[in-house]
Amino acid sequence: MSAQNTSASAVSTSHPNGAGAAAILAAGIGAFLVAVFAILADQNAAIKSMMIFWKPTGPLSGVTTCAIVLWLASWALLHLRWRNRNVVLSRINAAAFAMLTLGLLLTFPPIADLF
Amino acid sequence: MEITTRSLWTMIHGMGFGALYLMACSGALVELYRRYSPRNLAAPVQNEENFLRIYLVAMAALAWLAVLTGAYIIYPWYRAAAPPGTANLAAFPQRLLLASPTTRGWHAIGMEWKEHVAWLAPISITMAAGVVFQYGRDLKKHSQLRAAVLGFVWISLATAAIAGFFGAMINKNAPVEGGPVIHIVQGEQK
Repeated sequence: MSAQNTSASAVSTSHPNGAGAAAILAAGIGAFLVAVFAILADQNAAIKSMMIFWKPTGPLSGVTTCAIVLWLASWALLHLRWRNRNVVLSRINAAAFAMLTLGLLLTFPPIADLF
Repeated sequence: MEITTRSLWTMIHGMGFGALYLMACSGALVELYRRYSPRNLAAPVQNEENFLRIYLVAMAALAWLAVLTGAYIIYPWYRAAAPPGTANLAAFPQRLLLASPTTRGWHAIGMEWKEHVAWLAPISITMAAGVVFQYGRDLKKHSQLRAAVLGFVWISLATAAIAGFFGAMINKNAPVEGGPVIHIVQGEQK
C-alpha cells in the first residue's frame, strides 16, 4: 500500500511528457513540410501557381504558409491527444529528428532537384 | 552619409533580427544545457526560470521577424522582374546574379536554399520556447525532452547560420538597393 502510494505520488507530481513530445514531433513535421511543399511547388507548375498567396513574394508565400498552418494544426492535435499521457519519447524524438534532418537536406537545391 | 530605404530594411533584417538571433542561440544553448542538466544540483531560482522563458520567447520573436521581413519586405525587391531590354540590372538583384555564370550559384543554390531553410529556425525555437514554458525546471526529470530541445536549438542555429551566410554573400554580390534615400550625417566640406 505504501509502495503504491509512493508510486502514485511520483506519477502525479511528475509532469507527463506528452505535451513536450507533441511539440517536438510537430516541429519535425513542420520542418519536413517546408521541404515537401518547396519541392512540390518547384516540380509542378499547377502547384507552383496555387502556392502564390501573395504575388510579390511568389510561391514562397504559399509554401511557408501551408507548412506553418499544418505545423500548428499538428501541434494542437497532438497536444490534445497526448497532454495528459506519458509517451515513448525515444521513438518520437527519432521520428522528429529524422524529419528535421530531411527538412534541412531536402531544401538544399542540388538534393531537391533530384526529385 | 546616406542609406537607401531598401538597404536599411536589409540591415534590419540581417543585422538586426538575424545576427541578434545567431548571438542569442549560444546563450540559449548554454543555459538549456547547464540549467536543466541532471548533474546541476543547485536549487532552481524562480527569477532565473522566468528570465530564460522570456529569453526564449524573445528569440522566437526575433526568428519570426527575421523570416517575415525577409520573405515579405526584402524578397519582393530581390526577385523583382526587370522590364525587357533593361541593360543596368543593379535594381534587380536576382536578375543581376543570374546574368553571370560566376554569380549564378549565389541565387541557384544560395537564395534557393536560404529562402526555405531559414524557416526551420523559428519553427525549432518556438517549439523550444513552448517546451521550456510548459516544463521549466521539470525538464531536469525529462532528460529526453531536454536532449530533443537542445538538438532542435542546435539545428535552428545551423539553419540561421546558413541563411545568414548566404544572405550576406548575396547582398555583397547583388545588393538590394533603391527606394527613398535617408540622409544620416552631412559630411564636412574640405
